[in-house]
Amino acid sequence: MTRIIIGPFNRVEGDLEVKLDIEDGMVASAEVTVPLYRGFEQILDGRPALDALALAPRICGICSVSQSIAAVAALRGTLGIEPAPNGVLAANIAHAAENAADHLTHFYIFFMPDFARDAYASAPWHHAAAERFTATRGSAGREVLPARARLLEIMGIVAGKWPHSLAFQPGGTTRAIDLGERIRLLSIVAGFRSFLETVVFGDRLDAVLAIQTIAEFDRWRDGRAGDFCRFLAIADALQLDRLGNGPGILMSFGAYHGEHGALFARGVFDQASGGAALATTDIAEDVSHAWMRDGATDPALSTTIPDADKPGAYSWAKAPRLNGRPAEVGALARQAVAGNPLLRELVGQSGSNIRNRVIARMIETAHLAVAMESWIRALRLNEPFCADVRQPGEGRAAGLVEAARGSLGHWIELSNGKISHYQIIAPTTWNFSPRDAAGQPGPLEHALVGTAVGSDGAGSVAVQHVVRSFDPCMVCTAH
Amino acid sequence: MQQSLQSPAFNVLWLQGASCGGCTMAVLESGHSGWFDELRSFGIRLIWHPSVSEATGAEVVAILDKVRARSIRLDALILEGSVLRGPHGSGRFNMFAGTGKSIYHWVAELAAVADYVVSVGSCAAYGGIPAAGINPTDATGLQFDGTAPGGALGEAFRSGRGLPVINIAGCAPHPGWIMETLIALSTGDLAGNDLDQVGRPKFIANHLAHHACSRNEFYEFKASAEKLSERGCLMEHLGCKATQAVGDCNQRSWNGGGSCTKGGYACISCTSPGFESSRHFLETSKLAGIPVGLPLDMPKAWFVALSALSKSATPKRVRSNATSDHIVVPPSRDGSKKIP
Repeated sequence: MTRIIIGPFNRVEGDLEVKLDIEDGMVASAEVTVPLYRGFEQILDGRPALDALALAPRICGICSVSQSIAAVAALRGTLGIEPAPNGVLAANIAHAAENAADHLTHFYIFFMPDFARDAYASAPWHHAAAERFTATRGSAGREVLPARARLLEIMGIVAGKWPHSLAFQPGGTTRAIDLGERIRLLSIVAGFRSFLETVVFGDRLDAVLAIQTIAEFDRWRDGRAGDFCRFLAIADALQLDRLGNGPGILMSFGAYHGEHGALFARGVFDQASGGAALATTDIAEDVSHAWMRDGATDPALSTTIPDADKPGAYSWAKAPRLNGRPAEVGALARQAVAGNPLLRELVGQSGSNIRNRVIARMIETAHLAVAMESWIRALRLNEPFCADVRQPGEGRAAGLVEAARGSLGHWIELSNGKISHYQIIAPTTWNFSPRDAAGQPGPLEHALVGTAVGSDGAGSVAVQHVVRSFDPCMVCTAH
Repeated sequence: MQQSLQSPAFNVLWLQGASCGGCTMAVLESGHSGWFDELRSFGIRLIWHPSVSEATGAEVVAILDKVRARSIRLDALILEGSVLRGPHGSGRFNMFAGTGKSIYHWVAELAAVADYVVSVGSCAAYGGIPAAGINPTDATGLQFDGTAPGGALGEAFRSGRGLPVINIAGCAPHPGWIMETLIALSTGDLAGNDLDQVGRPKFIANHLAHHACSRNEFYEFKASAEKLSERGCLMEHLGCKATQAVGDCNQRSWNGGGSCTKGGYACISCTSPGFESSRHFLETSKLAGIPVGLPLDMPKAWFVALSALSKSATPKRVRSNATSDHIVVPPSRDGSKKIP
């Protein structure tokens, strides 16, 4: 058995270190280390309640709006108030824009460049992949970066700027949209739709979203142009549906709440037993292998106090568990839980793996473009965007939302208008958690086992694919 | 383009310390045909960037070794994110994965061989958000710890070209601030006297965020918003520091046309050292009913007198619109039907 250490691990948001024990050219076990701790819970402690809205989004530059709306949801919970309906729609529009931008950034900037590596030079598909996806030089960059920037112009209208906006408030959003701005928003989304249809899917979004089964999906992709189908061909060639299998439990807090419930429902999807309700009281934090002091395990009560010299620890991340088991979160979990028939069938067929995670992100991006259009049209321009609400004072609540990378929770307690307790569990805290007291590995640690690295050792491209398929946000993970 | 093909590239190494990655997310919005094309067109070469470069793991360590040994010229070292010195000066709160060394250690080594050292964002410049509250990780900026000179590299530090650390402050900075500074460095157009006393490029810091604020008419008449989402001036009640914060924020467009004040919320002075230590960001601190933070160079008595005068002269249109979230009184000539 040989041990290899991989780091810095880039083209993820932040940095991580992966230690692999290799036996006969295969990963026998993995340890994932989150190397950064900033201490947001300690920073927020004792602050005026609404300061969370300035500080919490700055946990993460790539999912800043998600952090904002988690903090907003928690504060709303303590107030027991309803926001202005327009504010909910406007927040959904901004949140969806961020989510879609993140999926694009992941696919084109973080994930696909690995297929352009010299390691694949002999593959028949490599030349085209290198021309299109080589890091910083591929032809896709000239199309996707301007498309991403244009999509994020939604933020200029709804939220002032991105990342890090104070537009998201317990009462709604701070910027009332007028008719001209509504049309500009529609124009931005129309441009985004056009980008997706011509560059990503090579088909109308309606047709993409009408796909219900694997058989329909296979017929649809046959001979089709577009970067999504380019990926699917590579995924076939490298059998990416057999690589990076998660632990089997998929979880989602539900996303994009509105007057008619959530666009994507909350729940759990177990590969073995199907969909089920999510009891958030089943969520607990384990710190047995984290450089964190022991304490309560309920995130509504637990503390985050670093202990850098703790024996047996190897990461700044805690290990959240659902009913004592590791859970995978992200677009695949969100779509499987929400009942997307294609993704449920894919998970039933091959589980959660590299290919299915990417398919879920792309399908979800198509969904979001359509949903944004309907939310923009639903804005009632003569009604308020922000309800007048009192100052938060006392109480305890949880803000449970979905970021692009999966379930994000902020647990807050206020006393006398100040934050007396704040706990954050971010999506990658779930996915890249260390082992728990029972020795169960986190989802990535589980997914890496069995990966063939051959003689490549730390240079294994397969390991890169597995890690990046989760679209990790390392800055959020320990925060 | 032609010139960049002939002249040697301007080598940039971008590292992330205790960052949220938001500065990178911002700069990825730059450039008409994308950031990568923009860099190329000015002959700027990313030796390595954590979010966009192909090289990973041991490949990166090999690059850094060459930079340290000066076999790759380092024109500019960029840091995004604070430098964490804790616990106990070890830097272990932020290790550079795979190297067994902290970012605290790495920035000191690499800054020593860099022609220019650049902080992108208020974290790398002054400590920023991680330094808020009890500063649990002993976070600091590269050459300032809040407003105090020093930081990770020390007050005396000068880069190869004799400059202190160049601080592109902001949380996150405008993508234009980042790229204009980098390009100016690459063309040799930015010198020591182009920086203000806390290292910010003057072409940004000689302006106030207030300049060109779309709420300017409300400010002139002291017609103030009282609640969030109202159209009036945000200074009197809702915490706006734009008259004290440097930056040409409102003279640019953020994400195609926005800004904080256009978005309906206060400027929180994110370009200032120590901005993270404020509390009640969206409320104005007042003493005897007068905002504590007055426009930078305005005597208090004048401000009070002018405010009283302005308020007494406020047109009904301005007063009414200030406390509404949409325009309730359109512009018209008083007492006549003449169309403006």
